Amino acid sequence: MLRQRLARLELTDIFVYLLGAAILALVIVGSILTLSQGKYSPRAWFDLVLFGVTLGSIYALIALGYTLVYGILRMINFAHSEIFMSGPYIAYFFADALGKTGFANQNPVLTLLLIFFVAMLTSLLLAILLERVAYRPLRGAPRLVPLITAIGASFFLQYTFFRLFGPNLKVYPEFDALAASVTFSEFKITYLQIFVIVVAAVLMLALHQFVQRTRTGKAMRAVAVDRETAALMGINVDRIIVTTFALGGLLAGAAGVLYVLVFNQVSAFMGFVPGIKAFTAAVLGGIGNIPGAMVGGLFLGVVESLGPTLFLDGLGIPAPYQLKDAIAFTMLVLVLIFRPAGILGEVLTEKKA
Amino acid sequence: MTQKATLLTTLKLGALGGLMAVFIALVGMVEAFTARGIITGVIDMGRTLILISFFFTGYLGVRQFHGASSRSVQAIVYGALAGLICAAFLLALAILQSALPSSRNIFVNATPELSNALSFGQSFSVGLPLLLVLGAVVGALPGIVQFLPLSIRRGLLNGLAWVILVGLLQELITVTFRSIPGLRELSNFMFAQSGLSILGAVILFAIVFGVEWFRVARGNMVRERYARLDPARRRVLNLGGLALLVLILLIAPAILGVFVGSVLVQVGLYTLMGFGLNIVVGFAGLLDLGYVAFFAIGAYTTAMLTSTSKEVAFAGGFPFWVGLPVAIVVCLFAGFLLGVPVLKVRGDYLAIVTLGFGEIIRLLALSDFLKPYLAGSRGFELIPKPFVGPFELKDPQQLFYLILAGCLIVGYISVRLKNSRQGRAWMAVREDEDVAQSMGINLVATKLLAFGMGAAFAGIGGAINASYLAIIYPHSMNLLVSINVLALIIIGGMGSIPGVIVGALALVGLPELLRELGDFRLLIYGAVLVIMMLMRPEGLMPEARRAMELEEFREKDAPAIEASVS
Repeated sequence: MLRQRLARLELTDIFVYLLGAAILALVIVGSILTLSQGKYSPRAWFDLVLFGVTLGSIYALIALGYTLVYGILRMINFAHSEIFMSGPYIAYFFADALGKTGFANQNPVLTLLLIFFVAMLTSLLLAILLERVAYRPLRGAPRLVPLITAIGASFFLQYTFFRLFGPNLKVYPEFDALAASVTFSEFKITYLQIFVIVVAAVLMLALHQFVQRTRTGKAMRAVAVDRETAALMGINVDRIIVTTFALGGLLAGAAGVLYVLVFNQVSAFMGFVPGIKAFTAAVLGGIGNIPGAMVGGLFLGVVESLGPTLFLDGLGIPAPYQLKDAIAFTMLVLVLIFRPAGILGEVLTEKKA
Repeated sequence: MTQKATLLTTLKLGALGGLMAVFIALVGMVEAFTARGIITGVIDMGRTLILISFFFTGYLGVRQFHGASSRSVQAIVYGALAGLICAAFLLALAILQSALPSSRNIFVNATPELSNALSFGQSFSVGLPLLLVLGAVVGALPGIVQFLPLSIRRGLLNGLAWVILVGLLQELITVTFRSIPGLRELSNFMFAQSGLSILGAVILFAIVFGVEWFRVARGNMVRERYARLDPARRRVLNLGGLALLVLILLIAPAILGVFVGSVLVQVGLYTLMGFGLNIVVGFAGLLDLGYVAFFAIGAYTTAMLTSTSKEVAFAGGFPFWVGLPVAIVVCLFAGFLLGVPVLKVRGDYLAIVTLGFGEIIRLLALSDFLKPYLAGSRGFELIPKPFVGPFELKDPQQLFYLILAGCLIVGYISVRLKNSRQGRAWMAVREDEDVAQSMGINLVATKLLAFGMGAAFAGIGGAINASYLAIIYPHSMNLLVSINVLALIIIGGMGSIPGVIVGALALVGLPELLRELGDFRLLIYGAVLVIMMLMRPEGLMPEARRAMELEEFREKDAPAIEASVS
């Protein structure tokens, strides 16, 4: 079998393997150097990992939106990053008003519930609108067309929000309740971080149960496997597709609020980079695969957080945090080359639609 | 359809139009455009936008009547109704704005100036009813227009379009004409302070109307004579036309001044890059969203070879003509390098991966890590202009000739490639990789060649751009550039070479010329991309094969708009 494999090897494959080996070597050497230099305390590493898990949970929530839509329509919903942004953006106006009157700090639970509600509702509505206007008419089109539409919609939404609501900074009110922290020995965890991780975990679990246990979930899985047969089985495919977009929107809206709680401000362009990273996470875990999106998100978050310091600092690269995004993109490229099926795997990349 | 159903549909269409109009207002376009006059003292672009919305809404209202019944009083009435509803939405907006001034905190463009624009500068009691009346009247126009013969219809619509266009470009035209003795008086006569003068507008309208009327009424005669010409004569005529075009292009920069020169340079650069991406996306069907990476590599290579900056470790100080070929070769290899890992990656993923590449290159250029070589965020300075013999190509007008030469060469290569064996191989790969492979096409070589050539063309663009700007910043090598190039190919028509030029003129030239439009550029891009994909996915000037592919998928009644407003 090895001989067969070797016979089919081409020059380009060798080149690619060399490239992969080089990157792996870089990573290992870098890590060893950094750790041997001992510049960072266990506390610093812990903080980085914790931040990675927090951010990763948010990526996971967004990634679920990408993976759900891809599983059903075999299409990357480029505009999902704007769905992610729109929720907290609209919710900002409520949050700001409540924050100014001091209501927010007196009743944090109620305020947060309201913000989540508004954000998730906005994202849900936007997702449904998008599907109806931009994607449904293009159901049978050659692959390029919906992709371009998605890109166009993404830009349109970004600049719509930018123009409608103005370029000035929109800062979310601080929640004192979340700023407090828990400490044991030298490690500190803030309530905010716990909040983000727990909320994300709960939502992901809820989604998983929904898809696995309910009739609609079963219908979604059926449509993802074979749309035509599902229609023959009496499933209303259009309604299922709308439901999928709606679920993705809901999760994205929640993710948006969590993201804003961590970073404190909303802008019309804040969705772009997290969107790409979330898609990377979805691919990492295995596109179309729900637990995969979760695993991928956490993995990406941690690697992105640890990566610059762990891999690059030891090699003497100044200001490695600038290359944080580059590490995320490089991971995407590596995954797509070497394991397109992702960690938990589903081979959808090489197949024809 | 029953009366009630029609009424309901009309109400919905009117509401749709109204929402669009409110959107345009809240996004700030109405207010920003009031600064641009079309006919001085009579109307400006902002108000024209409002009227266009009414017309469009009326058109939607009329369109629900198919065929012969669209030529009826009923259609006119429903069109008017739709326009009226649209106007009502704007009226509501104006009233709400003045009643709730704090809405400005949320919708930043809900200002008193906006309400002023909406009520046509009059007080509310006069302006708002005026708005409604205009809504109804302009909304009725599409219905009325149906009754007119084609020649008059074309004449009217084209006449209006030209008046608007020329009025918008008033500044540009007056500045240009000022330097030419004979035309100066003409421009003083035709134009006033902001836009056309009233007399000028009337005259322009009359001229265009006459031309169009002639084209439709008598145009068939000319067309027939052309068709009856034998091929040799026809080719002479075509070549003659092309030569005339090239002649105009050669003279144009010298006459038109610095501003237009710089706009032409931008259009030319994007056309060059468009040709390159056209090979990757249009011919070979490989969706590349990271095209700016090659642009950046070309620019930085040129910078490293030609600059005399002391800030970086390596700045060759060689002349431009050494930098350019090296940049092309480097980009060619970069194209291969970036293409190898993604050979097996499919459609949608390819887009994201290439986007990732583009971002990686930008981040590396921006980083402190490579600052000693690439000058980081401060920018790579002191890149010299090219010399042709003893002449330095200093001004945009002079550099334009270089770009024109580049475009012609690259365009020629594209045309020849398209009709060659390689071109057909690319198109086969675009259709279906597996079948192409089983027909004996070497996928690896084909794809790599596509990437490489596209990269090389982008490299030319990057090199010239670096020289033109004299300093290059990593901030300007971002995703937006890739999206710009992609958009202009898509809208011009994928795989179509004249389409690239059309796309560049529309998407790069127009926003540069009309500053107000430029502010809203990306908003309009996004909307146009979506609308084009929904209505005309093959682009404005598509290649024949593509048009056929997408024809069977297209909606059947979508092109009605183009038919009456072409």
